Amino acid sequence: MNHLPLIIKREYLTKVKNKSFIVMTFLSPIIFIAFIAIVAYLAQMNNDKTRVVSILDESGLIKDVFKNSENTSYNYLEGMSLNDAKMLVQESEGYGLLYISEVSEEHLNSKNITFYSEESPSLTLISALESEIQSELTLQNRIKEGIDVEKLKASIVSIDINQESFEGEKTSKVDSVVKLIFGGAAGYLLFMFIIIYGNMIMRSVIEEKTSRIIEVIISSVKPVQLMLGKIIGTSLAGITQFVVWIILGGVLMTVASLILGIDISQMQTPQQQLVEQAMENPEINMQIQNIFTAFFNLPLANLIIAFILFFICGYLLYSSFYAAIGAAVDNETDTQQFMLPIILPLVLAVYIGIFTVIEDPHGTVSTIFSFVPLTSPVVMLMRIPFGVPLWQQILSLLILIGTFMLTVWFAAKIYRVGILMYGKKPSYKELIKWIKY
Amino acid sequence: MNNLLEVNNVSKYFGAFKALNDVSITIPKGSIFGLLGPNGAGKTTLIRVINQITMPDQGTVILDGEPLSQKHIMDIGYLPEERGLYKSMKVGEQAIYLAQLKGLSKAEAKKRLKYWFDRLEIGDWWNKKIQELSKGMAQKIQFVVTVLHEPKLLIFDEPFSGFDPINANLIKDEILRLRENGATVIFSTHRMESVEELCDDIALIHKSNKILDGKLVDVKRQYKINTYQVGIRANNQSELEKQLSEKFKVSKANFKTLEDELKLNIKLQEGENPNDLLSYLTSKGSISHFVELIPSVNDIFIQAVKSN
Repeated sequence: MNHLPLIIKREYLTKVKNKSFIVMTFLSPIIFIAFIAIVAYLAQMNNDKTRVVSILDESGLIKDVFKNSENTSYNYLEGMSLNDAKMLVQESEGYGLLYISEVSEEHLNSKNITFYSEESPSLTLISALESEIQSELTLQNRIKEGIDVEKLKASIVSIDINQESFEGEKTSKVDSVVKLIFGGAAGYLLFMFIIIYGNMIMRSVIEEKTSRIIEVIISSVKPVQLMLGKIIGTSLAGITQFVVWIILGGVLMTVASLILGIDISQMQTPQQQLVEQAMENPEINMQIQNIFTAFFNLPLANLIIAFILFFICGYLLYSSFYAAIGAAVDNETDTQQFMLPIILPLVLAVYIGIFTVIEDPHGTVSTIFSFVPLTSPVVMLMRIPFGVPLWQQILSLLILIGTFMLTVWFAAKIYRVGILMYGKKPSYKELIKWIKY
Repeated sequence: MNNLLEVNNVSKYFGAFKALNDVSITIPKGSIFGLLGPNGAGKTTLIRVINQITMPDQGTVILDGEPLSQKHIMDIGYLPEERGLYKSMKVGEQAIYLAQLKGLSKAEAKKRLKYWFDRLEIGDWWNKKIQELSKGMAQKIQFVVTVLHEPKLLIFDEPFSGFDPINANLIKDEILRLRENGATVIFSTHRMESVEELCDDIALIHKSNKILDGKLVDVKRQYKINTYQVGIRANNQSELEKQLSEKFKVSKANFKTLEDELKLNIKLQEGENPNDLLSYLTSKGSISHFVELIPSVNDIFIQAVKSN
């Protein structure tokens, strides 16, 4: 008799009806969005305060270079000594003092420029000042040397090398970034999913053991069926939770940005601002268009199918480990010693994904680890956007499925013996003995 | 087919440890079978083999004429010693789920549960969670769940633990009623007085071996010690005692009587007849008490385990 659907249904309903599960499902996105909104709001408040930067330029070279911006205003000081200027700024509680000492212009360099402030100044501000002074001095130098600035500007050529594979597939740098984000997101999602819901499976197995219902249940169903039912039921509950999170998160994000008037999606970290300042790309629209083309250039069908297959197999592989651990121990504190062998390959996979796949998606290390069953789901998912030959994908999947069946068999053995063992904390040696029972 | 269950030469190893050694038992249809043994003897392992929770390394189990297989799960109802229910699940939901696992349809399960809940007067627990119930209450539900699918074979491991005397009696009557309706019962317990009261057959397992089995009366016959408890009044009781101890193997007995009689246990030798003893005693005084001493299951248990 097949009780699998019945067990799945019970596991699913028990999880979904559980109070703390419901609270987590609805509270997490609220907390998350509230957190982002608060950070964004605070950052904006911080930016809203106009900082006054005083400038004492004894060289007289960079007058009128700085223009007041939304959150910084410049105040030129004249005819006073450095000490007076410092005191003045300090007393007026200005943000800081940019001091350029008097020198002959040939020698104006970093040594002559100092920024004085109460506390260490903002990185963004300093780099803004640097880039302004730099371009002003460069310009002055060019004029002095008799270079036609207009001609020079017109002569600058911007190059974006077209990339094309021998089969005629076109790619670009933007493509690579989009691919990276896609692969990374897929791999990371799997990683998170395994950790969160694997633990949930483990806890539910332990609960069955501690409530001593297990013997009643397995006098009716095979332990393997119970284990698979648990894994599938819990996973479905997990997917439900994920979907709610995404929908609720999206809605809340929109609501929050409307209410607070903050464009959260436009929130930038100082690093991003630096990058953009450095690039000063006039063709932002062009970039966005490129991203869209890149997105549609991805092997989407392949990506989606591979994502589903690798995600399911990878998740099932790990969750059978979690189920076996849950069966082997009496309470959650005893699980620690068995967690390392699970977490280690997962973390390894993510690191390989982040460091090696980016550098060289088809290199030896990336290729090997996209076949090793414990790391392949994550690594392969990260590699696929860069175009992996079909035979490699199929081979890797077959290895994964083979290993999965082996682990389920192995986990079921431990599970079968473990669920009826009480009172002692098993060692690895004992687990191996159980397999032989 | 007079035997519902036949366990033939079953052995089970856990690594180097032998949990069952060549154990065979037969359980007649419609009987209550007492499975006895000290702690750790292998009773639970044997019960798990019958339930197909553990597979035997050697030997076979025949249920109702067929080798044990997956389909027999519906024919067995098992109340394990280590028992429990899902704590946060509602009583009704949980009972239906467990009944469905035994192959009942949802509607059928509901109907039968209603009957049983009314019968045991626990109908108003339907929507309560297990964690809100006392241990005894949960035990009652566990009992209902065990018998709900009307299995041919019922296995109860310490069924009365956790019950007050009233409820224990209630459950005992239900077990007897189920037997009358055709079920066969395996009953594992350390309470010898309930074995005495309920069981038709017993088997005793000690250190992984079966050391004793058969009909309870046969076992008792086998262990009978040919001893009679006697109460007699005579003019000179100490003289009589002396005479008797010369003729028979005599020891002091202890039981309640109305007068101050001479109370003795008298053991007959092989070939001696109780009637001869009785007529000898009548000639010596007036007899107020003459009973054959039948060994209790408790005595048999202790004697059998100690001699092995």
